Amino acid sequence: MRLSAPFKLSKWIKSRKGQQAIIIVLFMTIPLALLLTFTYFPFAEMFKFSFYKMKYVGEREFIGLKNYIDVFKRDDCFQALRLSLYYMCGAVFQLALALYLAAILSFKVKGGNFFKGCMFFPYLINGIAIGFIFKFFYTRGFVFDTVLQWLGFELENLPYWLKDTSINNISLVGTSVWKYFGNNMVLFIGAMMSVDNELYEAAMLDGANKWQQFRYIMLPSIKTIVMLNLIMSITGSLSAFEPPFVIMSGGANGTATYFVKMHEIAHTSQKVGLASAMAIVLLLIIFAATILQKLFFKYVFRDAEDDDVNAAKRREKRMAREKAKARRR
Amino acid sequence: MSTIQKIKHYAWIVIQYASLIFFSFVAVLPIVSCVITAFKTEEEYQTTSVMTMPENWFNFDNFIEAFQKADMGRAFINSTIILIFVVAGSVMIGSMLAYVLNRFKFPGNGLIRSLFLFATLLPGIAMQVSTYQLMYKLGLINSLLGYIVLSMGTDVIAIYIFIQFFENISVSLDESAYIDGASYMTIFFKILFPLLKPAVVTVMILKGVGTYNEYYNASLYLSSPELKTVAISLYTFVGPLGSKYNLICAGVIISLIPALVVFLLFQKQIYSGLTSGAVKG
Repeated sequence: MRLSAPFKLSKWIKSRKGQQAIIIVLFMTIPLALLLTFTYFPFAEMFKFSFYKMKYVGEREFIGLKNYIDVFKRDDCFQALRLSLYYMCGAVFQLALALYLAAILSFKVKGGNFFKGCMFFPYLINGIAIGFIFKFFYTRGFVFDTVLQWLGFELENLPYWLKDTSINNISLVGTSVWKYFGNNMVLFIGAMMSVDNELYEAAMLDGANKWQQFRYIMLPSIKTIVMLNLIMSITGSLSAFEPPFVIMSGGANGTATYFVKMHEIAHTSQKVGLASAMAIVLLLIIFAATILQKLFFKYVFRDAEDDDVNAAKRREKRMAREKAKARRR
Repeated sequence: MSTIQKIKHYAWIVIQYASLIFFSFVAVLPIVSCVITAFKTEEEYQTTSVMTMPENWFNFDNFIEAFQKADMGRAFINSTIILIFVVAGSVMIGSMLAYVLNRFKFPGNGLIRSLFLFATLLPGIAMQVSTYQLMYKLGLINSLLGYIVLSMGTDVIAIYIFIQFFENISVSLDESAYIDGASYMTIFFKILFPLLKPAVVTVMILKGVGTYNEYYNASLYLSSPELKTVAISLYTFVGPLGSKYNLICAGVIISLIPALVVFLLFQKQIYSGLTSGAVKG
């Protein structure tokens, strides 16, 4: 007596397992091939390049860790990361602004959709157009200066927004905030809307004012998305690229961020090895930052978890106290 | 309500609207100033302040000149071709992959998910050095096909939107169809894919806008004039034309119109699409 039938390919293909295997292979080949070819293969190649002295074409020479040493030694590589501080401050301001506007818009406001649309639209503009728009905007005596003159500023007292090295990075960060704050705001509104309306009604019946509603109902429920956006903004600041690249035509006047420098080293001076090492160094920094933030996030998040009895109790107490205060007034 | 409370209430309303109006103004000002300038004649542009309204709001000369100078007709055709293939490709690839990852348990499922997730952490611009070499070796520089394939390659957001959507479609639907004798192909294309419609619309819009606006890869891989997309056709205005802002603004406005139309038509889907793409964690 045979325990099992001999393996037959034709039968297996017709079986449920066989059918599944076929569909899995069929549906995954293309996406995986694309992912490996255009993401992981270049990544591996770049890692290899970082140990060579090479151009796009021609001889290459193995030089070990020299590229990495150069990244830290040269004035124009690692130093460029200092500029990301500007972008980080901008990102924090941007998130706070988005949170504030989202809180306003999540209550019933006349013309809310119109305002939302106006503030969101910049996110949909292509980078090159943004470059031109802001070159025009910041040109001496043009849009920004004119508006400031309406407000009573004298043109002589205003700086050259893109030339003056003490302010041009802030001007550029401004354009980044301009483009992205509406997007953050929409994300926050989405999260705020997911809060059950009954909670607000109950709170209102209990006499909680708008600020208390925001502080104790809305904020806890959108904490996750705010933190997520904060993490992404900080990582994004390290790899800031677009404003100096498109507005300053590739980072003139001391506005070249790390990525802009890397682009220049890779494509203008064709030091492919050095540029690769720069990329790897930044990736390591981004990984480290992401992991640190995730850990921090976990810690903060656990502290605020609802099933944490103490936190819930503390919150109730605080709320009762604030309510009592409000009544007394 | 007591008087103090009333005052507070109204003060808050004033602050609310003042904030909304102020920041909407800030968001719109750079674009509006561009529109104003685009309608000005050369002489008006030279002599009037940038915020003075143009004399004739029907002066489309700049738009026509910009359209011709930057060869935007050609650029719109290129962008359309790219858009159709990239969007269709991303929708198909994304939904098929999401189907397999969501519906079947097989060794490597988790690994593949993490491979895609990890790929989001690798910033594309940083890897251009080696991607460029790869494209060069494959002979895909200055080829629409090469650019299309590259753009389809790594759309993780689309995959996540589809996976999320599949999670809300009951597996019993697949099961009963399978028992009725449908093959997995039929189940996917005839039963599940039509149900994905909202997710497909979301991905189409997000990917469409993203592709239309993409300029970094396009400027590297589509540098020959007849292949330019709308976004990089604007580069025509760098150089000798660089200070003719009435012309430049007209070009910029033309390039914004498709995004504006899509935005006005699909506002709701764009907002909800962004929100669902962002909570992937």
